[in-house]
Amino acid sequence: MNTQLLLQTTANAGAVSAMYALIAVGLTLAFGVMQMANLAHGHFFMAGAYTVYALYALHDWPFWFAVAAAVGIGAVIGLAVERGIFRPLRGDVVGGFIATAGLMFVFEVFMGEVWGWGHMRQVPSPYMRAVKFFGASVSFQRVLVIPFAIACIGGLLIFMRWFRLGRALRAVAQDPEAASLQGININRMTALAMAIAGALAGIAGGLMSTIYAVTPALGGHIILPALIVVVVGGMGSVGGVTLASILLGFVMTFVTTLVDGVTAMMVSVAVMALVLAIRPQGLMGHVVT
Amino acid sequence: MSLPNIRSYRIGALAFAIILLCILPFFARPYLVEVAMIYFIWMILAQSYRLVVTIHDWQLYHVVLYGVGAYTSGMLAKNLGVPVFAAIPLGGAMASLAGVAITSVLLRTKGWGFYIATYGLAELIRLSWMKFRNPFGGSTGIIDIPYPPVVAGIDFSARIPYYFFSLGVMLIIMYMLYRLERSRIGDSFKAVSMDPLLAASTGISIPRQRLLACAIGGFFAGIAGGLLVHRLGAVDPKLFNITTMLYLLIWIVVGGTNSFWGPVLGVSVMYSLFELSRPLIQIRPMFFGIAMILVLLFMPGGLEGMVAKAAAWLRRLRGVQTAEAE
Repeated sequence: MNTQLLLQTTANAGAVSAMYALIAVGLTLAFGVMQMANLAHGHFFMAGAYTVYALYALHDWPFWFAVAAAVGIGAVIGLAVERGIFRPLRGDVVGGFIATAGLMFVFEVFMGEVWGWGHMRQVPSPYMRAVKFFGASVSFQRVLVIPFAIACIGGLLIFMRWFRLGRALRAVAQDPEAASLQGININRMTALAMAIAGALAGIAGGLMSTIYAVTPALGGHIILPALIVVVVGGMGSVGGVTLASILLGFVMTFVTTLVDGVTAMMVSVAVMALVLAIRPQGLMGHVVT
Repeated sequence: MSLPNIRSYRIGALAFAIILLCILPFFARPYLVEVAMIYFIWMILAQSYRLVVTIHDWQLYHVVLYGVGAYTSGMLAKNLGVPVFAAIPLGGAMASLAGVAITSVLLRTKGWGFYIATYGLAELIRLSWMKFRNPFGGSTGIIDIPYPPVVAGIDFSARIPYYFFSLGVMLIIMYMLYRLERSRIGDSFKAVSMDPLLAASTGISIPRQRLLACAIGGFFAGIAGGLLVHRLGAVDPKLFNITTMLYLLIWIVVGGTNSFWGPVLGVSVMYSLFELSRPLIQIRPMFFGIAMILVLLFMPGGLEGMVAKAAAWLRRLRGVQTAEAE
């Protein structure tokens, strides 16, 4: 592996890590607040990608408006899933888990029926330029997701630390009963967590739509690495999940470049098994009693 | 004079179903006979999965264990010349080992994380079939797997003998699981799922019981895989992906998991609908996904719970006091 390829792969790995982080932070936030999370989260990402495809590629909206719409769509779907599935099934971890597994089928068919099966929807890149450093060139579009991930996750951490609403979220994650005794409305908090999760998946999907071919199977492809990131990082821990997305992003990208995608997935799962065998709660997760 | 109680209705229905299944291959189209064999396989899978569910381990690797059974049995018969009827139980044993291996890694991981991790490790096994072309044939899988031989003048590679073979295997496995649920082991599984702390304090070893559940469940799933592979004569990794697992979940959730009859109902009703909706193949998953979500939201006991409720309502309506056998 020469220097140029190394640098290029590192940049790609950074982009993939940022994408995983955006997806998985939402999952882990929802998990923290509800003790369950959404298996169809990858399909939220896909919804974001299709939104940008529909608005930007088909209807010539400005790229950033389309991405903003993807964020909105993601948040709305998140709210709908919270209201329709997680709220009625609160406390039923197995039920919530299985219901969102069913949701995967629903989303996939819906997207396939609306936008066509088996068509690879290519979204043209709004930025053709490439970032050049040390002889390696990386397309600007690809690394665009990195500053966004840093801003979003940094913003989320600040929000959870210093804002009343964010602290209420953390309180619910720690102890729902005690939190509701303090006058925190649990329903509003789960809704907020799912809206944030959906919005983050939407922004990731919107930004990455130009990189990936947008197909109805996209959600199913993206979900397994995202779930592994959450489990490795520690369920409910935003910091741990960020760390794990960097780890997994680099493992996935480097193994894919050096060997192939199937091996990359296998190595990632093996890393997960290793982490869980040693630390069942994940790298930075708390022990659930 | 007393009306027959629900138990005798059940025995009657069961006898009727078995008689129907015994005469079916002599009247039905060949296609329907093949579908019925897949139905038997689903039934074994659903029943063995319910055993794991009674201890509350909703793992997502059951379908991959079914694949482990299929691959093991197929490869033993094809590459090493092991007789088919010996290869099938060996496949079951291998699946059982694989299940124990996965669960033992994850014994300390709880709840949602456990489900996700089982999905991940199942994918690890399945991807290794795709990755290693040499023994496993890569993503196209293995073909030319031997069909069962002629035993005592009956050619088991033919449709009708194999149909009765699978029917027999299914009935034996169902009977074993039925007895198992009513045994001490079955009780200990239920105790673990109801209240782990209390169960542990009465001397039940939770990790041991969980491993036992996935060993037994995995064994029967592997047998189902063996039944499949020696009928199809081929196997490939796509058969055992997460979509198949989701369908298994749908059968069992819609049927209900509270009693032995839930999966029977679930597989019978849902798999029939699945076959009938073949013309709508593209949008079919959506119906099943919605059906499962609706059942989870509004019918927590599944179909079996509805039937139980309807039976109770009927009994009240007649004002008959039946001594409930269970």
